[in-house]
Amino acid sequence: MTVESILKFLDMGGYAAWVWPAYGLATAALSGILFFTLRDLKTRRHEFETLRDARRGEGSSS
Amino acid sequence: MHRFANPTQFMRIADAVYPWAAGLSLILFLAGLPIALVTSPPDYQQGETVRIMYVHVSSAWLMMMVYGIVAANSAAFLVWRHPMANLVAKASAPMGAVFTALALITGMLWGQPMWGTFWVWDGRLTSTLILFFLYLGYLALGDAFEDSERGDKAAAILALVGSVNLPIIHFSVEWWNTLHQPSIIKMDGMTVDKSLLLPLFLMMGAFTSYYVAVLVLRLRSELLAAKIRNARMSQVAVNQAAQPAE
Repeated sequence: MTVESILKFLDMGGYAAWVWPAYGLATAALSGILFFTLRDLKTRRHEFETLRDARRGEGSSS
Repeated sequence: MHRFANPTQFMRIADAVYPWAAGLSLILFLAGLPIALVTSPPDYQQGETVRIMYVHVSSAWLMMMVYGIVAANSAAFLVWRHPMANLVAKASAPMGAVFTALALITGMLWGQPMWGTFWVWDGRLTSTLILFFLYLGYLALGDAFEDSERGDKAAAILALVGSVNLPIIHFSVEWWNTLHQPSIIKMDGMTVDKSLLLPLFLMMGAFTSYYVAVLVLRLRSELLAAKIRNARMSQVAVNQAAQPAE
């Protein structure tokens, strides 16, 4: 793999300004979905465990 | 089908599907991307811009499939009151909206160099934009009511009414022949060379299995949210019952 061949690949036959943003946005969109899904899942899991522990605490004290 | 309405039963299957969908998606992306970006030949007319097709058609396919899933699950929710069907629709809709936006934007990035314009108000582009608004409307309606059950129902009705848009999008390129090219994937044979079909199918498969894997994660999250709501409500009930004794 030469420098020229890499540059040629990056140039996309002169269409680099269209091809790369399309792939960049697709990557951003798919990772974005995953990021927010995992973030919500983590927050809710934490919240649920806190609620459950609080309830258990009440159960043992009464 | 009705046994899938039980969340425990449903999630047992979903959890079993998850590692396969996630693994398949990873493999298909790893196999598809180098072919889509490097080894597949440029199109004889469109040159290297044809590579945009692999993400454009994949997201367009997902936006249609996901809307079909949202509409079908909305119907199951309205008719049989299956809570799981409602959760599948709710967990899918944001992803559908993202795929629609992606199809629209990658389409613009392909349209500008090939058609000379980012946008044209033709049948395909306009009906796709309407699909995007339907997704947004579904998401907004679901949150618009104090009583979440009413919001879910209103959103489900919108999803069902909006499903009339799916055949319009599909046939738009045949009914109104403007800038957007007709389908390349047809039941009676393909209108595109095999060298371009292989990366296309790999990418469509990668996107589809990605959706399935993330859907399972979103369902786990939605179920937790429902459990938290229930726990809060019973907490309030316990507190209210305890108050007179104080």
